[in-house]
Amino acid sequence: MAGPVLEMRSIVKTFPGVKALSDVTLTVRQGEVHAICGENGAGKSTLMKVLSGVHPHGSYEGEILFQGKPCRFKDIRASEHHGIVIIHQELALVPYLSLAENIFLGNEHATRGFINWNDTLRHATELLRRVGLTDHPETRVADIGVGKQQLVEIAKALSKKVRLLILDEPTAALNDEDSGKLLDLILELKKQGITSIVISHKLGEIRRVADSVTIIRDGRSIETLDVKAPETTEDRIISGMVGRDLDHRFPERTPHRAEEGTAPALEIRDWTVHHPIDQQRKVVDNVSLAVRRGEIVGIAGLMGAGRTELAMSVFGRSYGRYAGGTVLKDGAEIRTKSVAEAIGHGIAYVTEDRKHYGLNLIDTINRNISLTSLGKVARRGVVDEHEERQVAERFRTSMNIKAPTVFEPVGKLSGGNQQKVVLSKWIFAGPDVLILDEPTRGIDVGAKFEIYTVIDQLAAEGRAVVFISSELPELLGMCDRIYTMAAGRLTGEFSRAEASQESLMRQMTKDKEVTR
Amino acid sequence: MSTDVTAKTPAPAPPGKSGDAASGGLLQLMLNGLRNNMRQYGMLIALGLIVVLFSVWTDGDLLLPRNVSNLVLQNSHILILAIGMMLVIIAGHIDLSVGSLTAFVGAFAAVLTVQHGVAWPVALVLCLLVGAVAGAAQGFMIAYFGIPSFIVTLAGMLIFRGLTEIFLEGQTLGPFPGGLEKMGNGFLPEAGPDTNYHNITLLLGIVLIVFTVTQEFRDRKRQQEFALEVPPRNLFLLKLVAISAAILVVTMLLASYKGAPIVLIILGALVVGYGYVMRNAVFGRHIYAIGGNLPAAKLSGVKDKRVTFYVFLNMGVLAALAGLVVAARLNAASPKAGLNYELEAIASSFIGGASMSGGVGTVLGAIIGGLVLGVLNNGMNLLSVGTDWQQVIKGIALLVAVGFDVWNKRKSGS
Repeated sequence: MAGPVLEMRSIVKTFPGVKALSDVTLTVRQGEVHAICGENGAGKSTLMKVLSGVHPHGSYEGEILFQGKPCRFKDIRASEHHGIVIIHQELALVPYLSLAENIFLGNEHATRGFINWNDTLRHATELLRRVGLTDHPETRVADIGVGKQQLVEIAKALSKKVRLLILDEPTAALNDEDSGKLLDLILELKKQGITSIVISHKLGEIRRVADSVTIIRDGRSIETLDVKAPETTEDRIISGMVGRDLDHRFPERTPHRAEEGTAPALEIRDWTVHHPIDQQRKVVDNVSLAVRRGEIVGIAGLMGAGRTELAMSVFGRSYGRYAGGTVLKDGAEIRTKSVAEAIGHGIAYVTEDRKHYGLNLIDTINRNISLTSLGKVARRGVVDEHEERQVAERFRTSMNIKAPTVFEPVGKLSGGNQQKVVLSKWIFAGPDVLILDEPTRGIDVGAKFEIYTVIDQLAAEGRAVVFISSELPELLGMCDRIYTMAAGRLTGEFSRAEASQESLMRQMTKDKEVTR
Repeated sequence: MSTDVTAKTPAPAPPGKSGDAASGGLLQLMLNGLRNNMRQYGMLIALGLIVVLFSVWTDGDLLLPRNVSNLVLQNSHILILAIGMMLVIIAGHIDLSVGSLTAFVGAFAAVLTVQHGVAWPVALVLCLLVGAVAGAAQGFMIAYFGIPSFIVTLAGMLIFRGLTEIFLEGQTLGPFPGGLEKMGNGFLPEAGPDTNYHNITLLLGIVLIVFTVTQEFRDRKRQQEFALEVPPRNLFLLKLVAISAAILVVTMLLASYKGAPIVLIILGALVVGYGYVMRNAVFGRHIYAIGGNLPAAKLSGVKDKRVTFYVFLNMGVLAALAGLVVAARLNAASPKAGLNYELEAIASSFIGGASMSGGVGTVLGAIIGGLVLGVLNNGMNLLSVGTDWQQVIKGIALLVAVGFDVWNKRKSGS
């Protein structure tokens, strides 16, 4: 095959406090489909943002060569000018404009500021046909499905004379049929000479379209493999993705022995949830799981596996459209149709996105902690401020929340301390079952250990803990049992002894076709 | 549920850090307090500044007992509306219908009492009920039906204005029976010997001071019982002296004229009551929570729809009260009453520290904001500034107040 079209050499990108990319080298040959593979947070998206100019030249170290020439993009326009087009996971289409208008947005066929509609429509029809769409170019984007929208994005990229197409998890939001069409199109474009970079963690997909795959782990490029070579098996890719050492420290923990005979604290049976808008798509598909008192049960899965969606829909139907399933608490069926009911039954859900769903950032620590259980510090609807403050002070000490007073707005605290406030809030609610969704995301190592200790203590007190995480070492270090999810389904269950990073990752990267 | 991880760490009694620090820098402490509550104190200082400026420009006329009394009477309805509006804005909404609703309720009161001879206490209750129903209807559409509050209340603004004109057939209706009229223009009754001062008002002021001081002491004692850190003793005493002095000055001013206006008593009760609800009641907390971060509040089990509904119901009741007060003061219901009141109430809330995105603000802030506008109005009237320029100046005041707030936040935020 031809020589390299793109070379990224020793890319280093630091954000305040975090090194997102510590040393990445990527070589993409002309005309190939190159997959980039890695765990959540490995640095895949950051790398593509560096390439496309979202992070401009000067904000990173290292060198980028495109078609042999060094590139210093100052913004996205500059990279698009060279024919590098990125299609983000969240589609960037305007829903109430037509397909044609979206394709040429910012790049209109116009003379002296007035749009030439004949040219626009003719050219749009042509581009839509190239991506396999027969819809009329004046159709509104809002009226076509997500799968087709993805194709419109590609048509938009083609209109910009694309030479290198970057797709960030293009099939994450698509059903099987649409995914298949999209993958075919990538192969079709390859025949037309367009080079593609596809970020994905679906191994089946990578085998189907990619020529080579580069594995990124913890901000470093680990290796580049030839997908077509016989020695590149799925296991080979998996071992590259998870090769991280268990260097995190975890509190000493005596594994829980499930007592036979007693009913689990929380049991979910046949839970199915549809996407809130695209109702054909099952985001959670017939999931059943159980957690006992004193047990920490992990749920492992990659982006789009449906873990958060499962948790949120069980917790007061806070996500999507419920399509079946029951929740049992201590063996008896309970109603969890509203958040208040779920809390009333002793369930707590600590969200993965503390800034948007967990905290009122402009309010103080004490008021955030008391919000879910104001009744505990109030008499006849009136809050006893002093008691409330005392409760907050107690948590500030026991959870080691670093803040001058409990009257500090939580928005001013660091991520780790914010997380401690969220945990305090739910611990104060006194739940029997805690569902923790990525409880250590974006916080430093020291705070992580403190949070692990708290989780351990909660289980030791006889509470049931569901621990959702993308970080496998964390799950292996903390959990008594681990479920794996992929594409909305439960794909495996492992005891502490059986689980390893490789065995979990194998189940986490299963495509739908493979599981059937 | 009895096992609480916090329970095993007994609350450590904070060492008497407070006492030691006090001797060092009382001024420092005060400055710190000021810096941390720039929002709150900034507007209070601005209000003070405006009062001083206008006193100088009017050769002291602004603070003549008669004028202070007038100031209260002339602005009471806006202050009442501003309290309700503050709640609406904290919840992340807006209410454009209150001006029309005040006019409508005034008209309703006039039709009841003047045309049909209904006894005024009955009319009063019916009017408040009408306000509640109007507020509830709008609240229902906003909370449960999901129509944006801007749209619902814009429609309400047109509907209530139209209904007012239909009710009054384009005419002004009055005068009101004595009891109702007192609500707008009346003063507290007088008793006891002739002292050059209004005795009952003085007595009320003294009772208020005693009540505040004992309440503050009880509060401090309870904080200590809970082993919480309290502000140093001399700062606490200084605060008490300042509050007492402020109450005393206002009392003396009012007592040397006709005494405290009845509206002021109503207003005072509202400020204390709503201030308490917003700070200490579960309902108040929930309003802040849904305005500050709606998804987080929902996931914390806050019944956001119910809270929104009651916030608008409450606004309706307060608009009705304001409508009664303003109709009583003018002693007539007019189809053109209440024009732009909604805008003044909204401006008061924003001057007093509310945020467009919700979640921030206090009842006291709304009052301070309303008083800033009120003093500007009154002072400029005394200086015979035309209404044209008055509007320009009030507009600038709103811009400056919110601009200062944005600037201050950006400075401390990033």
